[in-house]
Amino acid sequence: MREEWRGFKSGVWEREINTRDFIQKNYFSYEGDESFLAGPTEATKALWEQVLELSKQEREAGGVLDMDTSVISTITSHGPGYLDKNTEKIVGFQTDKPFKRSLQPYGGIRMAAKACSDNGYELDPQIEEFFTVHRKTHNAGVFDAYTPEMRACRSSHIITGLPDAYGRGRIIGDYRRVALYGVDRLIEDKEDQKNSTRTIMYSDVIRDREELSEQIRALKDLKKLGEIYGFDIGRPAGNVQEAIQWLYFGYLAAVKEQNGAAMSLGRTSTFLDIYAQRDLAEGRFTEEEIQEFVDHFIMKLRLVKFARTPEYNALFSGDPTWVTESIGGIGIDGRPLVTKMSFRYLHTLQNLGAAPEPNMTVLWSTRLPLAFKRFCAKVSIESSSVQYENDDLMRVTHGDDYAIACCVSSMRVGKEMQFFGARANLAKCLLYAINGGVDEITKKQVAPEYRPITSEYLDYDEVMHKYSEMMKWLARVYVNTLNIIHFMHDKYCYEKLQMALHDKKVTRWFATGIAGLSVVADSLSAIKYAKVKVIRDADGVAVDYEVEGDFPKYGNDDDRVDEIARDVVHTFMQYVKGNHTYRGGIPTTSILTITSNVVYGKNTGSTPDGRKAGQPFAPGANPMHGRDSHGAIASLASVSKLPFRDAQDGISNTFTVIPGALGKESVVISSDFALEFDDGCCTPAGSMSEPDYGTAE
Amino acid sequence: MQGWVHSVESFGTVDGPGVRMVIFLQGCPMRCAYCHNPDTWQEKRGTLTDAEELIERFLRNRSYYKNGGITVSGGEPLCQVEFVTNLFRKAKKEGISTCLDTSGVMFSEVLLKEYEELSAVTDLVLLDVKHTDNEEHRKLTGYSNDATFAFLEYLEEKKIPVWIRRVAVPGYTDEEDELLRLGEYIGGFGCVRAVEVLPYHVMGLSKYKELGIPYRLEGVPQMEAEDAKRCRQIILQGVRNRRNRTDTTA
Repeated sequence: MREEWRGFKSGVWEREINTRDFIQKNYFSYEGDESFLAGPTEATKALWEQVLELSKQEREAGGVLDMDTSVISTITSHGPGYLDKNTEKIVGFQTDKPFKRSLQPYGGIRMAAKACSDNGYELDPQIEEFFTVHRKTHNAGVFDAYTPEMRACRSSHIITGLPDAYGRGRIIGDYRRVALYGVDRLIEDKEDQKNSTRTIMYSDVIRDREELSEQIRALKDLKKLGEIYGFDIGRPAGNVQEAIQWLYFGYLAAVKEQNGAAMSLGRTSTFLDIYAQRDLAEGRFTEEEIQEFVDHFIMKLRLVKFARTPEYNALFSGDPTWVTESIGGIGIDGRPLVTKMSFRYLHTLQNLGAAPEPNMTVLWSTRLPLAFKRFCAKVSIESSSVQYENDDLMRVTHGDDYAIACCVSSMRVGKEMQFFGARANLAKCLLYAINGGVDEITKKQVAPEYRPITSEYLDYDEVMHKYSEMMKWLARVYVNTLNIIHFMHDKYCYEKLQMALHDKKVTRWFATGIAGLSVVADSLSAIKYAKVKVIRDADGVAVDYEVEGDFPKYGNDDDRVDEIARDVVHTFMQYVKGNHTYRGGIPTTSILTITSNVVYGKNTGSTPDGRKAGQPFAPGANPMHGRDSHGAIASLASVSKLPFRDAQDGISNTFTVIPGALGKESVVISSDFALEFDDGCCTPAGSMSEPDYGTAE
Repeated sequence: MQGWVHSVESFGTVDGPGVRMVIFLQGCPMRCAYCHNPDTWQEKRGTLTDAEELIERFLRNRSYYKNGGITVSGGEPLCQVEFVTNLFRKAKKEGISTCLDTSGVMFSEVLLKEYEELSAVTDLVLLDVKHTDNEEHRKLTGYSNDATFAFLEYLEEKKIPVWIRRVAVPGYTDEEDELLRLGEYIGGFGCVRAVEVLPYHVMGLSKYKELGIPYRLEGVPQMEAEDAKRCRQIILQGVRNRRNRTDTTA
């Protein structure tokens, strides 16, 4: 066994690239509480102060402090960058200094130029010329292939947010491999893969060979990135500090190469804990030192920044990077995958204060250790910065080494990737069904000229028939648009480093998405259970609706409407599946417009549920605002009837509660209430306690 | 069996332990000056609902209520004591924890048989003691507090756990001596397991305007959470005083 692996239990992970096997053989499940945790060191506090000061300067400068306009970002494009070289325990920035945004033109040169100009910088004209005349970008490729119909759908916003001018993201490299094996071994493995491709040069074999060569080149660059900072990451990491550093270099190389819509980290904490346990046992590092490494690592993840346009930020409500880290969950063998490192990660929210990034996501299971559940609840209450996802649901299809990309997209790390597909606006599709393919805002014929509905009142069966046909059309245009996008992204903006940290044979999820589900469900319910009168303009286009009477509304645990929502998702997904998908992608869909629901609503006319033109949709799979009148559980019950089988890329329900509605005291929610008479005063009639509101389940 | 239901909160976290389905029943004889649900006063309004249906609604979402159960509140739920008993009996059959949020004002020796049946299927009572002084109680609510205390004695006899509640209204129900007296009184009951003080708020005020009912506490400020905590400490001090005395004399 290699010296770096001393003390680790053997397994197939030694002979093949198999991070999961390494974790399963070596991790220590931790069922205790948070009392072992260490606070921030002086160095951590000083560095974080420095970050806060830079953040302030960045805000005052209007959102961007500095950006590259002539150096194209690659894995090795920049010299080392530091906050304070002497005190940083984990190092590395995307450029040669913190808060300086890099230039990434491969997704689209116009987007890159606009990101510069909108922020008060000017892109080097030579670079603009180079990427316009000499080197094609993803964006240019896509528009060469789009059909007029696709362009019409795009400009009328029935399909929106398409990754055709920016990086698609949603790919998670298995960055742990860098730490466990070292880059040299990963290169060897990729060489073997390249040497074992099929030998008759069909186009897919040619593509595989070219991509593997790209991957090998990226790995060699990754090794150089280590050298730039003075590390030899060709060999495996030898202790926890190195393991974090190696892993971070893997991630850093990815964000230097790709400005993806979501650049998620994976599921790293339990992997790293194995190194921490060994170092604690061997007396190499103290708990305080290990927490310091983690704090500095998380600090770096908080400082991942991309050059983006104000429109992009408006769509996503801020400047998100989606550095999602998946924590916890339960293993296939029933052991919780919670370790001390899971606590240390969450503890950064206490040591450094709350922050939206990295997006700490707890893979929740009813079987997680109680002490961990309590700690999660406590950190959530303090920081409002923890996301929870249902491990019991996802483990069934993805096993126990999957991670979340972006907010809810689950994939096995290093084995599965996703083609991100934005969303189709199903509410607008319903209006197209009523108007025979004419857009209710632009009055242009966008969809095929099907026969419109001409009656004064809408008839449920007629609407459903036409809606179904229109969804079939939409699914076809949508999937084919995505086929073009992913073909071109692979061709001109290939994620070579991230794919180098995947197996040779990768499962590709072909993601689609739905916007406006609750608008559709309520509209169809109104048509079925109340009377909906159509208001048409002078051109005969239905532009508004009057609802007469009451109707069941999605979000109240009422099967009459919840089943409509379920059927719409299922039907649309069946139509999506009926289309050819690029590279054998397996179709999935998501219902998760977390912030862009406002923009979708803005671009959609009045709907038969009584929603007026321009009013926001509900986010994700949420009921429409104010229509769920039976409390949260009834609301959640409606959402939970949506079939995960049909929407495996995720169903989101954005849920805001005032703290008081969750129970009376923070300590009570996490059930840490203290007995009232602990002072030894005896109570013959039993002890008097703060009411026990139960544990956070 | 059917009962008049004002509304159902599927995610109740402040009326008993755990996450609970809270069923607010319609109808209350009292007219508490600070009541924040005046829309529940009228009897035989709201929705006539089957106990079966409520149980069924609970069961289909049972996984959410792991450490919780059903709480019946109001209005005054004991105005429909037979319905509550029927509902709770069905709940107990399904192994659901039952909790009654009441002022006890409807309790009467005349209805002993009904209360026998109810107490057999009730796991916890949240007993709202609005004031210990009978005259003050009348002024606040229109009723004597005799029934409330008689009910507490009954619960003691039946060994049903009780959480004592008090809405603390500045200048009305937050007087230190009275809180201490309350504590000393309830300290004598073994069934009393906890004390909650709910700070007075004015969120129900708009309902009065809608219903055209004059609001008697116009201008009384909301209570700060810190003050409510202090009130609770005073009550607990009273409990402690009483229990220490009992202890030394025992």
